[in-house]
Amino acid sequence: MMRRFVLIAIPYLWLLALFLVPFAIVFKIALSDAAIARPPYFPQFDWVEGIGAFLAELDFENFVWLTEDDLYWKAYLSSLRIAFISTFLTLLVGYPMAYGMARAPEEWRPTLMMLVILPFWTSFLIRVYAWMGILSNEGLLNQFLIWTGLIDSPLTILNTNTAVYIGIVYTYFPFMILPIYSALERLDGSLIEAAEDLGCSRLQAFWLVTIPLSRAGIIAGCFLVFIPTLGEFVIPSLLGGSDTLMIGKVLWEEFFSNRDWPVASAVAVVLLLLLIVPIVLFQRNQQKQQEAEQ
Amino acid sequence: MTIPVFEPWNDPEAKPLIQFQNVTKRFGEFTAIDDLTLGIYEREFFALLGPSGCGKTTMMRMLAGFETPTDGKIYLSGQDIAPVPPNKRLVNMMFQSYALFPHLSIWDNIAFGLKRENKPKHDIEERVQEMLRLTRLEKFARRKPHQISGGQRQRVALARSLAKAPKLLLLDEPLGALDKKLRQDTQFELMDIQEKTGTTFVIVTHDQEEAMTVASRVAVMDNGKLVQVATPDRIYENPNSVYVADFIGDVNIIEGTAKPTGPDQYDITWKEGAEPLNVKSQNSFSDGQTCHLAIRPEKVTISADKPADADNAVQGRVLDIAYLGNISTYHVELPTGAVIKAQTANTRRIARRAFTWEDPVWLSWTATAGVLLAE
Repeated sequence: MMRRFVLIAIPYLWLLALFLVPFAIVFKIALSDAAIARPPYFPQFDWVEGIGAFLAELDFENFVWLTEDDLYWKAYLSSLRIAFISTFLTLLVGYPMAYGMARAPEEWRPTLMMLVILPFWTSFLIRVYAWMGILSNEGLLNQFLIWTGLIDSPLTILNTNTAVYIGIVYTYFPFMILPIYSALERLDGSLIEAAEDLGCSRLQAFWLVTIPLSRAGIIAGCFLVFIPTLGEFVIPSLLGGSDTLMIGKVLWEEFFSNRDWPVASAVAVVLLLLLIVPIVLFQRNQQKQQEAEQ
Repeated sequence: MTIPVFEPWNDPEAKPLIQFQNVTKRFGEFTAIDDLTLGIYEREFFALLGPSGCGKTTMMRMLAGFETPTDGKIYLSGQDIAPVPPNKRLVNMMFQSYALFPHLSIWDNIAFGLKRENKPKHDIEERVQEMLRLTRLEKFARRKPHQISGGQRQRVALARSLAKAPKLLLLDEPLGALDKKLRQDTQFELMDIQEKTGTTFVIVTHDQEEAMTVASRVAVMDNGKLVQVATPDRIYENPNSVYVADFIGDVNIIEGTAKPTGPDQYDITWKEGAEPLNVKSQNSFSDGQTCHLAIRPEKVTISADKPADADNAVQGRVLDIAYLGNISTYHVELPTGAVIKAQTANTRRIARRAFTWEDPVWLSWTATAGVLLAE
């Protein structure tokens, strides 16, 4: 009995210490006011004045502020749009690759899998910097295109949304490939043959059998890309331009440039609330898939 | 009233529905089908029987269109089917794994092929209903494949492959996943459905009992070649080789040398010291030729005393008894060390069994009981 309790308690303690307590602190800061002090917000909890006076100082002013300045909701919307489009692009790139991997001869599959995972062995930042080198006006891509004669003057890609999309698709496509690959690899080849036998063309069999049976993988992959992309900061700030509006960048600026911790915390809390919706949907999908497999 | 005998293979006028003509299939170095010629007739229930790797599944996959012959031609109703892709063939297949679509209900699984033909909705509904009735699945139409039992899944697979009313239905080890009792029931169900629909069935199996039960003709295959193609009773009673005799049912193989003693009469000298065996055979043998006498255990009689007028009688002692309930197989060791199996029906209760271990017994059989084979 005691053993079981300890086993169950460990993950809950982990969650409490590393998620709920920090979240409570962030939430408390979001309800505070900015102050020129150290730390830069007010009120601080004081034993002398007691909990009642402390709580009385807290308010939702910062959350109201988020709705008043259109920068914030524009940034949220823009983040959502960028996350949607890049998830879709990642799916377009990832699905054929996962399909190809699942169809490759069995002895090749571990190697192909290795190649997909291999980029993770280098630092994420270095890889994003490398893309700056590729996409800049004097970069490798423009040099190559001019050399082939396709263009006369360099294309401006770096510091635009296009560069952000390229960066996100490149960074996150392993998260798309792996769940789809595992769904496709388990797909029984005789189902495709059965579909063809019953009168489907190759394309129909793909559409009517392969796609529905890899749906769980597609959904999992999309969430795994969508959720981190929504709050992405590094890629838009390194590859994006001044017009690339993403909530991660806004958050960073509030925190480090304006030193307005309470507003930054409010932005973070709202972002988390936004993310709860896809996370719950994702978990429901996982649960359904597990039930179907039993 | 006389029932017309169904044996189109004996009718020189009959045109086979399927014609394999010198078909060879190679996978790299490996020859799966070796120069094979065969005709299968309309309304036949044809069984391809053989050990795994003998090429029977390859033959079926060539009929379905998933493989193309390396050499030779396959005709369906007189038409070369090599250029016809699987989705355009009037052939349907019931897969060994059933290959039911897990994301579709039973109803949608059965309707899957019909929907591809762009038939009116009403016709599809009617046909699916008919198939559900035929396979007694009406109650399960809305369920998903993982919500029904193995036997029901097997019937869904059958209903789905029959729904398009194919000219030819291919069954790949259709009953392999069922337990023995269910398998036997399903065999009769299959025969019933085949008769009702009048479809030509080709079944692949490694289970000789199954092939014998359901098929009008059986083809025994080995290493990509047909060893014998005949009705089940001919395969059993008149195997053309030791391979077939051994593959189908239980058999005693006695190796010896033949010595003609009269028309169709031979003396077979076997294991030194034993008397020559007296055998009648349609197959002719020259003096001194090596031959094999294949004799089924149920055609060997076991008795305590020497039978008076048997063509062949040998003495031995009971080495082992395999009690199968309805029958018992006695393994009798002869003084030369050879072991011969004899089978008798257990007409008495086991407590009153006539023979037990180590008992001296006589085995006897008639001159026509066995088949004399060259190899």
